[in-house]
Amino acid sequence: MKTDDLIRGLAADAQRQRSLESGLALALAAGLAGAVALFAMILSPRAGMPGLLMEPRVLMKFVVSLSLAAVSVWLALRLARPGADARPLAWALAVPGSVLAVGVAAELLVTPAQGWMPGLVGHNAVYCLSLVTLMGAPVLAAALFALKRGAPEHPAWAGAAGGALAGSLGAALYALHCVDDSPLFVLTWYGLAIGFMTAAGALIGRRTLSW
Amino acid sequence: MDDRERRWMQLMQAALAGDQPSYERLLREIAPAIRSVVERRLRQMGAPTGESEDVVQETLLAVHLKRHTWRPSDPLGPWLRTIARNKLVDHLRRRGRRAEVPVEDFADLLAAPEERPSTEADDVERHLALLPDKQRSVIRSIAVEGASVGETAERMRMTPGAVRVALHRAFASLSARLKADE
Repeated sequence: MKTDDLIRGLAADAQRQRSLESGLALALAAGLAGAVALFAMILSPRAGMPGLLMEPRVLMKFVVSLSLAAVSVWLALRLARPGADARPLAWALAVPGSVLAVGVAAELLVTPAQGWMPGLVGHNAVYCLSLVTLMGAPVLAAALFALKRGAPEHPAWAGAAGGALAGSLGAALYALHCVDDSPLFVLTWYGLAIGFMTAAGALIGRRTLSW
Repeated sequence: MDDRERRWMQLMQAALAGDQPSYERLLREIAPAIRSVVERRLRQMGAPTGESEDVVQETLLAVHLKRHTWRPSDPLGPWLRTIARNKLVDHLRRRGRRAEVPVEDFADLLAAPEERPSTEADDVERHLALLPDKQRSVIRSIAVEGASVGETAERMRMTPGAVRVALHRAFASLSARLKADE
């Protein structure tokens, strides 16, 4: 085909397209609806829930996971745009990182050493891992679906950002149920679950997000 | 940012709002610029420059299908360079050449000459032949024969909406087939 002909054809297909942001927002709404449905089927909010948010250790779980989710959205959108450098945004990961670091430091300073290990092991570590992953799965699918409309230079990185987003939203949902409040537990098990989702996002993204 | 980039950005903004003439003008202006840069890169790499039109067409397809990833607040140059480089790398990889093409190599895209006649390309043509009948006929009617969406709809006994959908799907599957063509 002649390039001039191709151009004529492309121009005839000039309908308005949904922006990357609104595409991601719509997909995330659907993915979150799926995750909430899973939560409603399997779990229930822990006793005393809205009130417990005044408790610093409980609040920290939400601040860490939701701020990581926000940074991940920002990174994913940047990574999905050709020619946009996402590296300057990586510093924003320090926000959830430092909140968690402060929480862990406070725990180590304030609580006696013999409580550290029981806190870390918690009551439901395996449960936590599998449920964060399970509730993150619909969000991951939705995020990758939306990012597929993007044009990432590094598909694995864009997929990783989508995975971190899915993992952190799954973690935020699980935190509504989770009775393990030690920052050591959050660091270890939430961290593992989110890390797993990030790796899964990178692996799937590498294959599906190239264009 | 030079005048040309500014003009292209205005055209692209209009294009994103659905302005077809501006979009066509933009594509006609960026095609020679892409062509000249791609030819030079292929020559530097000792690859046949006869393949450059394939890369130009793949780049135009990608620009089209990914145009919503450009934001009016961003400069157009880096966006366009990255897409062109990605498609050149893809093309070289498909032809079995290891490809390390720094994006800086495309820095002169915006300074490339405006006039450079196109040569023949066959990758798109080859994949076009493999598309479902309806998509292929719609592309042929609109792109090659220059018919409007309305005329094509009448001729093919489809609604104009169905013609638009078929046209869009055809470009999306052309691009996917080019990508998968190892």
